Parts: sequence; structure tokens; C-alpha cells
Amino acid sequence: MAIEQNEIEKIAELARIRIAPDQIGQVTGRITEILGMVDQLQAVDTRDIEPLANPLDAVQRLRPDEVTEENHREAFQAIAPAVENGLYLVPRVVE
Amino acid sequence: MQWETVIGLEVHLQLATRSKIFSGSATTFGAEPNTQASAVDLAMPGMLPVLNAEAVRYAVMFGLGIGAQIGRRSVFDRKNYFYPDLPKGYQISQFESPIVGRGSFEIQLEDGSTRSIGITRAHLEEDAGKSLHEDFHGQTGIDLNRAGTPLLEIVSEPDLRNAAEAVAYLKAMHSLVTYLGISDGNMAEGSMRCDINISLRPMGSDTLGTRTEIKNVNSFRFVEKAIRHEFERQADILEDGGRIIQETRLYDADLDETRPMRSKEVANDYRYFPEPDLLPVVIDEDYIESIRAGLPELPTGKRHRFVEQYDLSRYDANVLADSRTLADYFEAVVASCGDAKIAANWVQVELLGQLNKAALDIADSPVSAPALGGLIQRILDNSISGKIAKQVFEAMWQGEGSADEIIEARGLKQLSDSGELETMVDKVIAANAGQVEQYLAADGDRRKKLVGFFVGQVMKLSKGQANPQMVNELLAKKLV
Repeated sequence: MAIEQNEIEKIAELARIRIAPDQIGQVTGRITEILGMVDQLQAVDTRDIEPLANPLDAVQRLRPDEVTEENHREAFQAIAPAVENGLYLVPRVVE
Repeated sequence: MQWETVIGLEVHLQLATRSKIFSGSATTFGAEPNTQASAVDLAMPGMLPVLNAEAVRYAVMFGLGIGAQIGRRSVFDRKNYFYPDLPKGYQISQFESPIVGRGSFEIQLEDGSTRSIGITRAHLEEDAGKSLHEDFHGQTGIDLNRAGTPLLEIVSEPDLRNAAEAVAYLKAMHSLVTYLGISDGNMAEGSMRCDINISLRPMGSDTLGTRTEIKNVNSFRFVEKAIRHEFERQADILEDGGRIIQETRLYDADLDETRPMRSKEVANDYRYFPEPDLLPVVIDEDYIESIRAGLPELPTGKRHRFVEQYDLSRYDANVLADSRTLADYFEAVVASCGDAKIAANWVQVELLGQLNKAALDIADSPVSAPALGGLIQRILDNSISGKIAKQVFEAMWQGEGSADEIIEARGLKQLSDSGELETMVDKVIAANAGQVEQYLAADGDRRKKLVGFFVGQVMKLSKGQANPQMVNELLAKKLV
């Protein structure tokens, strides 16, 4: 299965990955090779096999509903680039 | 052209757990920014989610409350998008295998009729943080206290047909989840938020039109206004021969309009995949049955019981069963006074009237249910009239004591002494010779009216305390 260059550009944007224009062709080629490998896997008949959500043969353990965390805001904000009034500051998000 | 509106709602319900869905941080509303955001909520490297048992239990309670299939093996997925109030870059949600499957529940319409509305599914997920766009030197402030608060996203079928039905749906949902105790349902604090999917089609058609989604609606009133506005907008476009564009719009309450969100924000390509940090949640029959056994009586069941057991009208039953605290209060009044009809009337008219005026919740009522029951007893045993009872209630509201104490202190006991009443009746008859003459000359219907005049005079003379039934009897005897 081949993938088009514009699809690579879209996925890169969704994943916030910048790909230099002169590298897009190369990336497209490599991902096409990976998809070729997936095509081989697709050939296996999986009709009677239940989809696997996790490779571990175990089920989720649950935690009791208790507050166990304390406030460490100061420590966390000491390593943040910008804070004010207890808030983390980030580049303006346009609404 | 006549248009039919087709509406489906997605409700985001904050579950009333003490701690977050995947971390041990507190979920208290209104805390100082970022004081309830742990390393897990901040998406520090290496942090892993651990699922909160209570969030699972609440979701199952909801599922049983709407008669839905419970997912025996439900799976968490990552929903990928970038926004600064979502530090991980993905929201842990459920996609293919939600915890609650198809169900339905009953809504009450204004005319008293009911409709069953389908629920497509409900799934567990985590809430995001909050972005504050006030001026931080051209930057945005992020508060991650809300990040990781458990949400149940409840998706309805496109079964709703107008704004009133959508509001009725939300009210019924609010009532159900607060009965179950799985959410505080506080809309002002964002505990129940709503996305509206809406499309139009010619009346009688059974194909669906192109829909728009309105996000960010968080009050019953705004839901109603947003739907009315969006109906007008879509109808105008369709009537001009235009086409609706499938898009996400925001409702702006200040301008009372919807406007499109920027297309970049709605690149609906979330690239869901199973969350590798969590295992499938397996729910067995014993667990479901233990939860089912502990479910409280739900609004629909209670309404039906009120009609059957207390012979209330459907309207009264709807009002009284609206919240669990109100229903419990009403039943405590009935237990104390023994007359459901009068109890229903007093709770709805006097009590709810005063509570509304004072903007108080039933739980904070200064008059307790047994105290109100005590007052009603005095009406039932003819100690006071209904009119005097309202005065007594006012005094009880002001904290002047029990009904009996107030009746005693103010000397309000109804006058039922036949000798005393007779004297009053004689006085009134003597003082109104003209009306007596008119009365005697009149025929049946007119007489009835004139009798009212004499009763009124006696009541006035007795300062409202005369037993009206006895006054009527005495007048009938004397006016011959």
C-alpha cells in the first residue's frame, strides 16, 4: 500500500512534527516501505481471532477512591518556563 | 416549508469521586490553581495511570439506571490532539468498547406526556484542564486542577425534536444522576456540560439532514436558546436554497448566536488507538448484581409510585419526584400528617414558594418536614383554617417555633365554640338588615352568593378564626 505525500503532510501536522520540504519525499518512501510490511501481516487470516487490546494476559486492577497526592505545586512550577498566579503560562491560544 | 429539528445530545458528566480517575489527586472544585495537579495529571515522564474503582462503579450504576448493557470487557483508548490544557497530548477515553452500551430513559414533556429517549452509549474518560485567556502579557494561563477529573460522556440517539424536548432530556438526566448520587449535577460549576448535534429536515421526511455540533453549552436556558438560534440559522440557509456545512460551532451566550470554530481546532482526526498503559476492565455478573441490589428508587419509578400510592396528579408527582431530597421531604411530611394531597399542596405552593424566594435548597429549609407535618395536622383537626395556617407557616419560617407554639402564642386557634359563634352570627345579621331582606327575597343561586357576604362578615369579626363550616351551618339555620 502506497501513501501519498499529502497524507504524510497531514499526519505530520496532526502530530506536530515538522518535516523539511526536501525530506518529505524520503519520509514518504520509508513509510511506504513500513506499510508494505504491514500488508504482509494483513495477509494472515484473523477472522476467528479476538482483537487484542493489550498483549498482557491480565485485567485492570482498580485503585480505591482515596486522595493520596499532596500539593507539590511549588516544586512543579520551579521547573516551568513561565508561571503567574499559580498558573502555567503558555503561548496564547487563540479561541 | 415546515422543518423538523433532529437533535442528539452529548452530556459530559463529572463523576462525584473524591480523587481523579487515574491519579490520587483531589477533585474539589474551586481550589487554588494547580494545587490539585500531581505528576500524573501534569504528564511528567514515566507516570502511569491507575484506574479509580469508584469511577467504574458510578458508570455501571448509570448503565443499570438506564437499563443498558454493561460492557463486560471495556477498553480505554487514546484520543490524540494537542492543546495546552491537555499535557499528555492525548485524552484517555473509550472508543470501540465503552463501559455502557445501548439503553433508554423516560423524559417528561410540559403537557404531562412522556417519551422514551435512546442512549447510544456512555463511556469513561478524563477531563482536561482549563485555559484562561485573560491577559497574561499576551499569554494563556493553564490550570490543571480539573485535568483527570472523571467524566462519563453520555451520547443520546437523535431522538429529540425541539428545544423543549432537549431541555426536558437534560432535566431528566440531571434528576437521574443526582438520584444515583454519581454526580453533584452542578451546572454552574461545569459538572454537567452539553454538546448539541442538530440538523433539519422537511417535515415528514425520514432521512437526516447535514448536522452541526454546538459545543460549550452549560445551562438549561442556553441549551434552549442555542437550539432556537441554530434552527433559525439553518432554516434560513435551506430556504434560500443553500446547504448546511458540517462543522462545529460555539454558542456565545453574550451575543446569543452560534459561530463556527476555526477549522484547525476541529481537525476531527483523533487517531484513536488502545491505551497501552491500561489493561481491559473486566466486569463480572456478581459485581453488576451487587450494584443493582444497591440502586436507589429512580425518578421514573418514584413518580409512578407517587401517583399510585398517594393518588397524586401526574403533574404533582413530577414536581415532587424531581429531586431525591424533595421527594424524601414530601414523604416525611406525609408520614407526619397522614394526608398526601394536602402535604403535596403545601410542599409545592408554600414551601417551594418560600424556598425559591429565598434562593434556598430544600436541604437548607428552615422548616423541617415533621414541623410542616405538625402544621398540617392542625388544619386537619380544624384547630386552624388554611388561611391562618399560612400565617403560622410564615412565623415558622422566621424561626418562631413549632406550629403549636405559634398558634398558642398568637391565640390563633380556630373558633369552634358554637355559643360564641352564634353570638357573632346574630350580630352580623342584626347589623345588615338590608342584606337579610335581599337574601330572603332571592332564589337559589343568588342566595348562595349572598351567604358568602355574611360568612365574610363573621370571619372579619372573628379576625379570621371562626370555623367556616360551623358559620355556614349557623347562617343556614338563622337566615329563614
